[in-house]
Amino acid sequence: MSFPDPSETFRQEARELLEQLELGLLDLEQNPANDDLINSTFRALHTIKGSGAMFGFTAVAAFVHEFETAFDQVRKGHSPATSELIAVALDAKDHIHKLIEQPDAPQAGGEGILEALRIVLTAADIEAAAPVEVETPEPVAAPATAANGRWRIRFRLPGDALVYGTNPLLLLDEIKAIGPCTIVALTDTIPPLDVIDPEVPYMGWQVDLTADDPRAAIDDVFLFLKDGMELSVEPLEAEAVAVQPEPEPEPAPVATPAKPGKAPKAAKSVEKEAPANAERAASSSMRVDAERLDELMDRVGELVIAQARLTQIAAMSSDGNLKTIAEELERLSSGLRDTTMGIRMVPIGTLFSRFRRLIHDLSRDLGKEIDFITSGEDTELDKTMIERLADPLVHLIRNSVDHGLEPAEKRLAAGKPAKGTVRLSAVYAGAEVAISVTDDGAGLNADRIRAKAEEAGLLAPDAKIADQDLWQMIFAPGFSTAKEVTSLSGRGVGMDVVKRIIDGLRGSIDVATTPGSGSTMTLRLPLTLAIIDGMLVRVGNGRYTIPLAAVEECVELPEGIEANARGRNFLDIRGSLVPFLRLREVFGTKAPAEPHQKVVIVSSGEGRVGLVVDQIIGNNQTVIKQLSKLHSSIKSFSGATILGDGTVALILDTAHLVQFGQGYVDQGRAA
Amino acid sequence: MSTTETGSMKALTLRLQDELFAIEAGSVREILDLVPITEVPNASPFVSGLINVRGRVVPLADLRVMFGMDRPEPDEDTRIVVMEVDIDGEPTVAGILADKVHDVTDIEAASIEEAPRVGMRWRPEFIRGIGKRNGGFIIIPDLGRIFETQGARTASPAASEERSAT
Repeated sequence: MSFPDPSETFRQEARELLEQLELGLLDLEQNPANDDLINSTFRALHTIKGSGAMFGFTAVAAFVHEFETAFDQVRKGHSPATSELIAVALDAKDHIHKLIEQPDAPQAGGEGILEALRIVLTAADIEAAAPVEVETPEPVAAPATAANGRWRIRFRLPGDALVYGTNPLLLLDEIKAIGPCTIVALTDTIPPLDVIDPEVPYMGWQVDLTADDPRAAIDDVFLFLKDGMELSVEPLEAEAVAVQPEPEPEPAPVATPAKPGKAPKAAKSVEKEAPANAERAASSSMRVDAERLDELMDRVGELVIAQARLTQIAAMSSDGNLKTIAEELERLSSGLRDTTMGIRMVPIGTLFSRFRRLIHDLSRDLGKEIDFITSGEDTELDKTMIERLADPLVHLIRNSVDHGLEPAEKRLAAGKPAKGTVRLSAVYAGAEVAISVTDDGAGLNADRIRAKAEEAGLLAPDAKIADQDLWQMIFAPGFSTAKEVTSLSGRGVGMDVVKRIIDGLRGSIDVATTPGSGSTMTLRLPLTLAIIDGMLVRVGNGRYTIPLAAVEECVELPEGIEANARGRNFLDIRGSLVPFLRLREVFGTKAPAEPHQKVVIVSSGEGRVGLVVDQIIGNNQTVIKQLSKLHSSIKSFSGATILGDGTVALILDTAHLVQFGQGYVDQGRAA
Repeated sequence: MSTTETGSMKALTLRLQDELFAIEAGSVREILDLVPITEVPNASPFVSGLINVRGRVVPLADLRVMFGMDRPEPDEDTRIVVMEVDIDGEPTVAGILADKVHDVTDIEAASIEEAPRVGMRWRPEFIRGIGKRNGGFIIIPDLGRIFETQGARTASPAASEERSAT
């Protein structure tokens, strides 16, 4: 479920965002009044903060939060983007970069940069009525209140912890944040050098901590590691505190060259099988350019086509050897095709698991207890799409927790359990996939959204608007109904990012909400990046593919219907009337019709339509290829695919045809 | 017009009906024998088909439509010239139907003249220039403009055809 190294994923993402930030700042210097630039800069910051917190880069998140707060003055128009400001902001960007690249090295100067930022902003705007409320987050928290409790914590990490990206130093930092402490490394179980597996944490640590009962806080630190780790937290007697004559491990183990043959065995027995598995998992994944995968897919497509030709020739030949080779090649190429298609598909569960930490942190920061329930983790989507969904989902989940779920007292007063629930689910729905984030919170507040929309000038006062349209207002840039700015949400960036990314994926967002019992945000995305099962049909001389997911059933077109077709293009499917479209007419086919035509009933949303075809050829796996701009205006087709014999077949856009069918039938009736 | 330093244009010459055309050789990817063409219902006659070029689905354009020529059935001389064209700034691979492909040749820049605004059978904006060779004329079509016009033209009826957001 876990990624081999989530923090590396974050780093890569952050590097890109920082680049974007830098370019944005530089552009802004040239063009200080450009709102788009200010907004995109702000968004980059916001995303770095969000994912930084998600991956445990707390120092980054804290710093960026301060940076963001200051920069918010610019966005709100309280301060102009002067070149001094840009200079400081660039310094700040470099600082973030350092924090991300070397999270372990102590980074001084962050406070200074923030101070400079504030000075620049205040200097630029003396009138700024409400100076930014600054509370400085200490990277390492101030000494804890009571110093009378002394605790000894000993822990060893699970064997695969490093492989999954755990950084022991961060854990120690978190412990350090609980209270003043002394840390001693336990090196007694480190094996001889020649059998050391660099990915296994052989060391343990002992921390003597001064704090009031820290057990809950310690539990938090190790929340995601508890399985398989050794952890003990014990109160320390006053006398024992004085000195730490910790069993300083004999320096022997590391230095001694182990006798080959004996030592490895011993080491193995200590380490169990875990490291071996972990090592395999780590080495078995790599990053490949998506373009190269596309190229591979094209090559395989060519191979399959060439193979189909060979099979055809072999079938006509009487040469037994040729037939054998053709069969063998057919088997191999179909296997290769399946594998290649599979490479790009990733279960969405890999993405879902990333959000557990997010929910945990949100829960802690906001003091809200949350049940996080996921379903449909095995729903497979194209990898590039999954990656692009990460940001929108972070925003949606954060929104649900922060705005949706009410504080415990309010929930109890409303007769709901104190613990809120956030559900994340994915499901295939026809030729699309629906991913929803559901909370059982207060639901959207229509009056407040309305007021806010009017205030922001998005909606004329007293204008009538359907609920569904009103909900869509929350996706407008700069829209936020949160009364106070928290570190999580409320700045009004986020939802517009969500909207833009989803639009970019040719998807849509549905909002459903019930006052008092919660809301659901559903992302609907087309499966066009993927490979679909198709039903191949023939109309005249042309062959077309219908996405199988949209097909409900196939029936014979009753013969008598031909005679009185005009105005009566309806079929009686078990008591309900379904309009039907003659694809021959829609496509202007001239070839003679088959005497026995078939009807493929397809559905889209709530609508259904029958498509009359000459012949149903069968099922096939369909690699969707986009049509060029030259054909993008023809809405009956969502793409094209290449058939086994090398010819091109068009893929019918069922959603469009269902809609078109409705109009076509109405027209027929009117005529 | 892009010409080399020597003042000539390297061009592929092909025949459409009884006229000789020259297209810049640099943008040509390959020349194919006739392959099965999949008709796109309701598409404009200019780009009425799709072909498979090494696993890619490529639109097939028929310049004869744009020049108002007759369009007899393909014969053994018919070829498909696969080339890269810019469609509204987006590089796109497209095929062009040719009644016959001749050769690659240099056309002297000096011999290329502007298309006359009058006295021509064809819309002058589709022609970049007219060159001379061996006493005959070679038409140099403005492919960028031909394809762009195509995009603009098909875009307008599309607007009336509302698409549901599902």
